Amino acid sequence: MMPAASLNAYLVVAALLLVIGIFGIFLNRKNVIIIMMSIELILLAANLNFVAFSGALHDMAGQVFTMFVLAVAAAEAAVGLAIVVVYFRNRGSIEVEDVTLMKG
Amino acid sequence: MIPTIFFYLFSAVLLASACMVVTARNPVHSVLFLILCFLNAAALFVMAGAEFLAMVLVIVYVGAVAVLFLFVVMMLDVDFIALREGFQRYTPLGLTVGFILMAELGLTVGGFEFAGVGQSMGVTSMTPGGTDVGALGNLIYTHYAYVFELAGLLLLIAMIGAIVLTLSDRAPPRHQDLSRQHERSVSETLTMVKPELGAGVALPNPGEREVA
Repeated sequence: MMPAASLNAYLVVAALLLVIGIFGIFLNRKNVIIIMMSIELILLAANLNFVAFSGALHDMAGQVFTMFVLAVAAAEAAVGLAIVVVYFRNRGSIEVEDVTLMKG
Repeated sequence: MIPTIFFYLFSAVLLASACMVVTARNPVHSVLFLILCFLNAAALFVMAGAEFLAMVLVIVYVGAVAVLFLFVVMMLDVDFIALREGFQRYTPLGLTVGFILMAELGLTVGGFEFAGVGQSMGVTSMTPGGTDVGALGNLIYTHYAYVFELAGLLLLIAMIGAIVLTLSDRAPPRHQDLSRQHERSVSETLTMVKPELGAGVALPNPGEREVA
């Protein structure tokens, strides 16, 4: 099926989404939950690129790979949020700059 | 014409809600905007011809991951206003990096020209007339079977990891065991003694008595 918009339009949208995600990481340096949401945005931008190329090239490999990216992103979110919960239970805060236990 | 209008509509809402995700004051609003983001991305997936992945995106992200985020945000008793300290301080740095990255990506995409579909694409090329779900199923259960099982294994490990991490070693709650209570007889628990006057009473063999 041909995409409704050109491949370049998809690429521009995905590039902007990636930039917004990286901007979010810089903006919310302390809140680890928002940082994880920004990572989800970045992965979504990658998925958008995969799907756009898959549609433009009439090749299913991009969609298969998007499924694996989704699986990895879900696993990452689950484990990351579990770590956040455990860290909050131990320290009572989720500030990224407080995480200096390994410094000695 | 109409598909193009819808493409720009969905992209605009997607990018706007992505901006709201990273700048919202309340993390709960961030999660809700993340859901809106994923819904619009699913619409873009449909327009690119990936219907199954669009549905997976809605089910997995809106149904599972976003709810997980919502749970964690609401469960943690964190002062989220204090976490926004330094928001203004880091904005120029973030904008600088963002603009540099955007310029690089703009140069890349601007110089990019789609050469068109090649001749031979191998096993993964789409067959005309087939459905998206059928083609995807044909691939992941044959050509990508091992990678697919690896993805399942990864999810299993992630599940075990999350459970092990958050498992707390508190003592299990004490339940009432009705049958054990009813099995007790009076002779096990009640002892009649006749103390001498002024001598006091001591428990006979206190270790043997079962505390139930």
